[in-house]
Amino acid sequence: MSDPRYPDLGIDETPGSDEIGRRDFLKLFGGGIVIFFTAGDVLLAQEPTRLQAGAGAPADFNAYLRIGQEGRITLFTGKIEQGQGAMTVLPLMLAEELEVPQASVDIILGDTDLCPYDAGTFGSLCVRSFGPPLRAAGAEARAVLIELAAEKLGVPQERLEARDGAIVDRNDPKTRATYAELAKGQAIARRAKQKPALKRPSEFKVMGRPMARRDARDKATGKALYAGDIRFPGMLYGRVLRPPAHGATLKSIDVTAAEKVAGARVIQDGDLVAVVHELPDVAATALAKIKAEYDKPPVEFDDKTIYDHLIKVAPQGKAVAQGGDLAEGEKLAAFTIEERYLNAYVAHSAIETHTALVKLDGDKATVWSSTQSPFGTRTSVAQALKVPPENVHVLMPFVGGGFGGKTASPQAVQAARLARITGRPVQVSWTREEEFFYDTFRPAAVVNIKAAVSEAGRIVSWDYEVLFAGERSSQQFYDIPHHRTVVRGEWGGGRGGAASGHPFSVGPWRAPASNTNTFAREVHIDALAAKAGIDPVEFRMRNLANERMKRILKAGADKFGWTPAKSPSKRGFGVSLADYTGTYISMFAEVEVDRSSGAVRVKRVVCAQDMGVAVNPDGATLQIEGSIMMGLGYALTEEVHFKGREVLDLNFDRYEIPRFSWMPKIETVLLDSPEVPIAGGGEPPIINVGSVIANAVYDATGARLKQLPMTRERVKAAL
Amino acid sequence: MPEILSFILNGKPVRLTVDGERPLLWVLRTDLGLTGTKFGCGEGYCGACTVLVNGEAVRSCQVAAREVAQKTVLTIEGLAAAGKLSLLQEAFVKHEAMQCGFCTSGMIMESQALLAKNPRPTRAEIIKGLDDHFCRCGTHPRVVAAVEDAASGLKGEVTK
Repeated sequence: MSDPRYPDLGIDETPGSDEIGRRDFLKLFGGGIVIFFTAGDVLLAQEPTRLQAGAGAPADFNAYLRIGQEGRITLFTGKIEQGQGAMTVLPLMLAEELEVPQASVDIILGDTDLCPYDAGTFGSLCVRSFGPPLRAAGAEARAVLIELAAEKLGVPQERLEARDGAIVDRNDPKTRATYAELAKGQAIARRAKQKPALKRPSEFKVMGRPMARRDARDKATGKALYAGDIRFPGMLYGRVLRPPAHGATLKSIDVTAAEKVAGARVIQDGDLVAVVHELPDVAATALAKIKAEYDKPPVEFDDKTIYDHLIKVAPQGKAVAQGGDLAEGEKLAAFTIEERYLNAYVAHSAIETHTALVKLDGDKATVWSSTQSPFGTRTSVAQALKVPPENVHVLMPFVGGGFGGKTASPQAVQAARLARITGRPVQVSWTREEEFFYDTFRPAAVVNIKAAVSEAGRIVSWDYEVLFAGERSSQQFYDIPHHRTVVRGEWGGGRGGAASGHPFSVGPWRAPASNTNTFAREVHIDALAAKAGIDPVEFRMRNLANERMKRILKAGADKFGWTPAKSPSKRGFGVSLADYTGTYISMFAEVEVDRSSGAVRVKRVVCAQDMGVAVNPDGATLQIEGSIMMGLGYALTEEVHFKGREVLDLNFDRYEIPRFSWMPKIETVLLDSPEVPIAGGGEPPIINVGSVIANAVYDATGARLKQLPMTRERVKAAL
Repeated sequence: MPEILSFILNGKPVRLTVDGERPLLWVLRTDLGLTGTKFGCGEGYCGACTVLVNGEAVRSCQVAAREVAQKTVLTIEGLAAAGKLSLLQEAFVKHEAMQCGFCTSGMIMESQALLAKNPRPTRAEIIKGLDDHFCRCGTHPRVVAAVEDAASGLKGEVTK
């Protein structure tokens, strides 16, 4: 199917093998200039070599750009657009190095036949990890164009420079050749150099300037296509039977009434029970008529007792950081605080539920899926259909929010199985209940911290242990002589459900591990400051050696208008710091606590962020605002309730996500650090939200909240 | 049971044979191919499926198709006239009042109804009017700014 979002590439054949070389690959595009590049080991390490490239592509690179004969530039990447702004920011980085207006760069995302392998879109990696090699490829393309221009214009390379889509003679700007003129008749394939000369931040013309979203117009008119919006004649809609609890086994099933619904077909294929129909709502009506009885697994724990269970079954840890000698540190202590922090399971709750359409043509499959991992989807659909991966072509429509919850595509596998059985294109779209039930929740977690402070108000020892959240952001960044950080269990270890210690699947949730670790650390730091009788900003400043972190703390404090006071000051002010894989954040909040109801109202949030260079300050600001709004949920209300392996919260009536009326006044400060690598922005500021509110609640009331979410009941109990 | 329904959809008369009990959302998305209206929760909590029926914002997943007989239905596809975005759509674009975009159609339709009834809403009225619309990406501040801006435009005080 032709997709109006894709430019016409003039490709009229797709080879069936990935064994062909670069030159053949280039022929697909009818010539031009193609630069291949490799975007970081992180992205390559996760699938066997032969799957790394898209079908028909050489296997030793994982992205490329093309300058077509008409001079138009196209970037091909396995990344996807889930609202985070990848399709807007990545072309900026390429346009910068290529010296072209950003509008002349097209981007093709996540098409597994056209784009090289990419493990998935997560971890705020688009800019941080993909950006540098992308820029390197742009620089390489520029070098190729200069070589070509030197020959064409008869001017030495040293005199030539790239300027606004053309190579120009510095001494005589009228002597010039446009990229279209240079690419015409060429068939050049090059690999980007490992260490090309990239522009310095001071030379940036495109990067670091605000750029509006490319998808805004389509999304404001309803034209933007998502997986559920793709239509084919004769397609069927599948609705899948869901058990009442994880681990429940089907005891008996009566499909008689369902089969009486006109046009409905009930399919029982091993563990998959589904109804297909030409209308999705009628499929759902028929599904509801299936009478199924299950044996439910025994109830061993619920959302209240789960923490005792997790503490009991936590795996042996490993020290991920240590220095000095904790015993020595404690000898220097004026006082010690030992505390336990708890964090709940939370759901991803993207507004788009998992959806996929699979269309079969013989032993080949075309898949449209709401996923963060098109290549992972290709693999799992291929396995389900027992065909080679190159027989499966995944195309990426817009994704209606992922947040880590769409790293797999089980719904695409369901659709593929139903398509094979029915011989028709099948769309599977989960209901909201299925979305909650099958979610790979952020794991509940426990953090134990014991820390000591000297008479001088210096933290002298820090003994930190985190259970089940994971390692990211667990290492503290304060200047503490004696410290140890132990990590027991990872968020990624929970796919197996109960075997992992969890009652259901867990997985990455926007900034995995970091929300829990930042909450525990920054609340504990605040408790130390309060006991030392020192203003919490001053206390942090005193215990920091990292100048970049000190700078971001000061920038946030200045914007907030912080004045020193011992906490609780009754002002309801809180502060929190974080380092999320190189992005530094200080966050400040002002809250009001209703003592009778326990309700916390967040009135104002200031976020200062240093991500090296904000490539698109507009996009970075949107991500900060979004992170703060989304973060209010895990901080105040979001918690998955369950009984044994039965999920009790199955829609938004019980699982409360942030609303307009919760909206604080949000102010942002972006600071540049041109000397450090450019870092990501899709996740970072969400990790401060829990602690900054908890610290502000303490400042308002003197009640220290040690468990998330800070529900009205918990706040009331703490008061 | 199938019945013949007639109504005005995005300014044009529509006549179709359909089981009138079926939710308007799925009739729009499947039978009529208008996929700009989104399914979010199926229970009327999230607002992603909001359309206007006789100018009132309704959750189309909760409305039986039969209920729109002889009425006017406006969906996101009906806002732009001859390729020209409505003032509200322009304001959403200008303020980048979307990320993933899945709630956007519902937000715009609710705002459309709100401004039709109250062309000069206060900020508090906008927030109250949109409070039952969920956005997981956290675009709330942008959405409010967009609606405020569109309202100013309607008053003729702001020229873009």
